[in-house]
Amino acid sequence: MSNADRSQREPAIATHGLRKQFGPTIAVADLSLSVHPGEIFGFLGPNGAGKSTTVKMLLGLVEPTGGTAIVLGAPIGNRAARGRVGFLPEHFRFHDCLTGRELLRFHGRLYGLRGTDLDVRIDALLARVDLFDAADRRLRGYSKGMLQRVGLAQALLNDPAVVFLDEPTSGLDPLGRLLVRDIMAELRERGTTVFLNSHLLGEVEATCDRVAFVKQGRVVHELSLAQASPCMELLLRVSPIDGGLLDGLSRFGSAISRTADGVRLRIASESIVPDLTRWLVSHGVCVFGIEGRHKSLEEWFLEVMGEDQRPG
Amino acid sequence: MLTIVHLTLVEARRRRIVVAAFLVGCAFLLVFGVGMFFIARTLERQQVPLPLRQGNVALLTTAACYAANFLVASFAILLPVDALSGAIDSGVIQTIAAKPIGRSSIVLGKWMGHWIVVAIYLLAIIGGVFVVSRAVSGYTPEDLVRILLLMLLEVTLLLSVSVAGGTRLSTVTNGVMACGFYGVAFMGGWIEQIGALTGIQSARNIGIAVSLVSPADALWRLGSYYMQPTLVRDAIQGSPFATASVPNALMVWWAGGMTLLVIAIGVRAFSRRPL
Repeated sequence: MSNADRSQREPAIATHGLRKQFGPTIAVADLSLSVHPGEIFGFLGPNGAGKSTTVKMLLGLVEPTGGTAIVLGAPIGNRAARGRVGFLPEHFRFHDCLTGRELLRFHGRLYGLRGTDLDVRIDALLARVDLFDAADRRLRGYSKGMLQRVGLAQALLNDPAVVFLDEPTSGLDPLGRLLVRDIMAELRERGTTVFLNSHLLGEVEATCDRVAFVKQGRVVHELSLAQASPCMELLLRVSPIDGGLLDGLSRFGSAISRTADGVRLRIASESIVPDLTRWLVSHGVCVFGIEGRHKSLEEWFLEVMGEDQRPG
Repeated sequence: MLTIVHLTLVEARRRRIVVAAFLVGCAFLLVFGVGMFFIARTLERQQVPLPLRQGNVALLTTAACYAANFLVASFAILLPVDALSGAIDSGVIQTIAAKPIGRSSIVLGKWMGHWIVVAIYLLAIIGGVFVVSRAVSGYTPEDLVRILLLMLLEVTLLLSVSVAGGTRLSTVTNGVMACGFYGVAFMGGWIEQIGALTGIQSARNIGIAVSLVSPADALWRLGSYYMQPTLVRDAIQGSPFATASVPNALMVWWAGGMTLLVIAIGVRAFSRRPL
């Protein structure tokens, strides 16, 4: 097997039983996950679930208490691997006495980049994050959104194979969010692996191929968004609604409930809808409308986290 | 490491503490120069004998160095006091430490960058005192290089304590700790002096023991000793500028070794801490 084949097969990030304990507090309990090369992977969970600690462990900023992890085929903290990784932290703070261009030059040099190559790269990234005009202004004069964008540019300086983005859109307006979404799409096209940590489930749903839900330092569920689940929820605006109808609908789906608008039920696949419609008509039920929608990520989140989960 | 050094120098150039320190330094030199000018001119007009005149000028120069030493020592403690702790608290350090560089490069780069600024400040202020003294009164201490090197070692030690403390302590705690380190040395130095003047050996021993823990003041006193002509040494016994008990030359090696040890401890502490 060639190196190229192996790098395609090997996960970009893999953890097994990763654990971090700060004194008596367990931040990450037993985290096992695998992120494939080139995918945009969403890492979801409530506040205090251990998401940021996990990212810090994967970047070598925090030493795990137990377990193992590999990033780009090397143990975490490996310096060569870190040279191929980009990182935008959640609480992005930079040296505000520097200009945007100076900041990028500084971080570029930390990656070992120099001279014209670095200058060209910086200009391209400044243009990409729409900060070319503000490049020579000091960072203390930047808005929160501008800081986030220059932070994103900083994370992409080395054309990384893996980039960790911790809440990359939290300070951005809708246009800024769209820009970040476009950049993530470009990264996917280039084969860059993106590890996205975000509370904005709509953003995650729009950009990620796969997500993992983490609760109390453990991955409790993984979901592929690229291959969307065929399961969907139907709202039947029908009349009359009686016990016979509800019993009959149980043949077609589950989670049947009566609402003010009609009847809701969950079906396994969209292909059931024609049979269901025929059955309703044949049983003399008046059908005023059938609305179907797939389960949102937010609903998944709430379901996976369970009712015992309280705001973090 | 050079990238971190460069960043530290750029930051220092743009920080108000550096501007303020240099402005205070200029004001200090101005006051010293004006005072020295009038004293030297008056002594000359009164036709005071040359040895006595030079003794007064040397005393004033020593007093100026005493104050300048305190100024530079404070600068060496305060300038880097938040260099690492502030970057850790704010999260600035995360994007830096995630890069393919060793954590030791971060500590050593910060240390080196601040050391360059402090060394320039020392040369500017202490050198300024000597230049003004020479220009106004014609007096220059004989062992100029040795004096500057001793003071440089003193502020290097204080700087190292401040940088190393920042790898583990919060900014305020680190500032208190580093100032305390200097304060203990200062107090120990006085106890040793008074012990030597009064012949109380136990007090002298306590001072020497304190100097072994915190040798910063001992280095100043050794430098001060070399600064003073014999005539002045005899004339100022019992004053804050006196060196009744001259620290052993081995104290220089001890201080040098302690500086290296403190830096090594800082590097090790930073390498192991979560960021």
